Amino acid sequence: MNRIQSGDLNNIREKRVHEIKKFKAALMVCAGTGCVSAGSFKLKDLLEKELKERNLDNEYMVVPTGCNGFCAQGPIMVIQPDGIFYQKVKPEDIPEIINKLIEGKYVDKLLYKDIETGNYIPKMENIKFFGKQQLIALRNKGIINPENIEDAIARGAYNSLAKALEMNQQDIIDEVKRSGIRGRGGGGFPTGVKWEIAFKTSQEKDVIPYIICNADEGDPGAFMDRSIVEADPHTVIEGMLIGAKAIGASEGFVYIRKEYPLALERLEIAISQAEEMGLLGKNILGSDFDFDIKTHRGAGAFVCGEETALISSIQGKAGEPRQKPPVPAISGLRGKPTIINNVETWANIPVILDKGAGWFADIGSGDVSDSPWNGSSGTKVFSLVGNIEHTGLVEIPMGITLHEIIYDIGGGIPNGRKFKAVQTGGPSGGCLPASHLDLSVDFDSLTKAGSMMGSGGMIVMDDKTCMVDVAKYFISFLKDESCGKCTPCREGLIALYQILDRITKGEGKNGDIELMEEISQTMSLASLCALGQTAANPVLSTIKYFRDEYEAHIKDKKCPAGVCKELISYSVNDNCTGCTICSKKCPVNAISGKVKEKHIIDPELCIKCNVCYEVCKFDAIEVR
Amino acid sequence: MEKVNQIIQKWNTDPDFVIEMMQDIQDEFRCIPREALEEVTLKTKVPLARLYHIVTFYKSFSLTPRGKYEIQVCIGTACHVKGAPLILDSFTRELAIQIGETTSDGLFSLEGVRCLGCCSLAPVITIGDNLYGDVKVADVPKLLAKYKEGNNE
Repeated sequence: MNRIQSGDLNNIREKRVHEIKKFKAALMVCAGTGCVSAGSFKLKDLLEKELKERNLDNEYMVVPTGCNGFCAQGPIMVIQPDGIFYQKVKPEDIPEIINKLIEGKYVDKLLYKDIETGNYIPKMENIKFFGKQQLIALRNKGIINPENIEDAIARGAYNSLAKALEMNQQDIIDEVKRSGIRGRGGGGFPTGVKWEIAFKTSQEKDVIPYIICNADEGDPGAFMDRSIVEADPHTVIEGMLIGAKAIGASEGFVYIRKEYPLALERLEIAISQAEEMGLLGKNILGSDFDFDIKTHRGAGAFVCGEETALISSIQGKAGEPRQKPPVPAISGLRGKPTIINNVETWANIPVILDKGAGWFADIGSGDVSDSPWNGSSGTKVFSLVGNIEHTGLVEIPMGITLHEIIYDIGGGIPNGRKFKAVQTGGPSGGCLPASHLDLSVDFDSLTKAGSMMGSGGMIVMDDKTCMVDVAKYFISFLKDESCGKCTPCREGLIALYQILDRITKGEGKNGDIELMEEISQTMSLASLCALGQTAANPVLSTIKYFRDEYEAHIKDKKCPAGVCKELISYSVNDNCTGCTICSKKCPVNAISGKVKEKHIIDPELCIKCNVCYEVCKFDAIEVR
Repeated sequence: MEKVNQIIQKWNTDPDFVIEMMQDIQDEFRCIPREALEEVTLKTKVPLARLYHIVTFYKSFSLTPRGKYEIQVCIGTACHVKGAPLILDSFTRELAIQIGETTSDGLFSLEGVRCLGCCSLAPVITIGDNLYGDVKVADVPKLLAKYKEGNNE
């Protein structure tokens, strides 16, 4: 591949578009991590084989794509240009898919079925889950082969870079500032302001600043960044290039979790393709601008998502945060000004330059024309997971309500259960109850309600979720992940955990709630980094909104949701038909009974492993 | 030791990449042997104490050998809400080991992992390189039996 100049981008695009147009249709097989685990690579190979055997490989092309965001229904296949959406595709469906494709018809059984009407919906755009979304960061998901740079260029990749190369540095920064974009990693700091600080500091000190992409997506229940990198790695590279040009950096780093092997692989392929084309390296697109990107694998430490800890880890040290200020934009990697932005933030940058700051600022909530702090512009990607009908990735304009996301896009709560809470903001966020469903989803409203935007995990919980257990879960997570450097975070989390553990075991005491509140306050005031400062949020928000549930545990020694093992028991009700499956599956032989007679669980033997509940087809197992 | 040196050279003996070196060492030996640490110190001039700090700080590393099949039970939030603690209990019961331990035959080791980023498939586990979604407590004995028989496709 030859190194290209700015003008060549257009030629590559036209050539690739022309190539694609020669095919009657493209079968886009989702090859994100979720669909891969459901067998999508095998599906892709079999499709190619079948098309070849039938001499159709010149008419139809098979394209492996990144994550479509509808992972629970995988493997997913979308037939373009019509956007026909197939879910749960199996190898044996392939001949029929091709037959129907030739006839211009659909395979009904593979189509999405609307949960309200029960009608089959052939086209992706008409499925509510996709219809309400507005794609900026995820604009290329499922449309391109992420391992083919020409596919990305055909969709406009690197055009904004070419534009940035013509602009002066301050103008790029001003454009990003005027867009109002705030950091998508959780903090919500205005991106343009951060860039300006780094730019000015490096000019004053006459040093070369650095660029870092934070792909250490550690929040449990969040996979936006993984999906962006898997689906469209070039947008991240392009965003970083634009940032580098803006502040005058020549070296950049992507810090990515080792738990995301596919994302890392795709990113490295994308980097080497960009290098070959002269989109990275020396004299990019024939200009005098040089920039290189290196990748660093995380080694399994949540705190490394914190920017000062991340910098420490990139330098080959343990990922322990340090006191701020100075912020990394003033003194970061190797003591030089460093911008750290999250994957999703970088993915937005090329679009801001392409469509203009005004276009971006008009999307979302609030008026950011005076200051980015006055609102939340643009879109946000959320991973909508937990007890919800349509789990997956959604990109929505800021400012729509939780209700719209959970019910209109997510399809509500499955299995006839009731909504109980939604957790946003990762372990440092909070749980919001049903009374807050009309809350606008933007940086400031969520923080005001006692949660936070965070990186975009949105975990929906039904009435079988115990909120005390959830608080204990997060505190246990943070207790393990606290680096231990500062005392309030290290000791405060252990103290909170011990109290919560007691409460969930039925050993709670009067005054426990107040004691936890006091510890939480100390932690938020005295901890060194954001991990400790916000660590008590899950406790405080659950106490605030679900105090009665704490009291039920402490005073009545009951777990109303039927989760806390020490407070529940399993029994068999009259629905039992005596099918014997539970007694066969019970690992400790705690269930006895004759065929066709009601069974009995021996509470002395029962280890509450839940197998009987899982295998019973007659709703005969009660958990109380 | 030749392997260790190859790994060190792969990363250009650059002290900034000692974490990457040790990840490769971990993959190669299923643990970080003391001799390997000493070799990294010798070549990169990074003090042994700092390497030890790194090895004990990050979850990826283990000073004792891990099993042939590493079982990771995702205990991210979505998986937690969908019953991951019960799945984890089931593995500890079936394998008779706790988190962080390896079975005496060296076949399995068990880890709880903080979110594999496949939350739509919750609860999720990985065994070796294979990922399984929507796992039920009742599936655990069957899954383990498959690997014990060496039939892990």
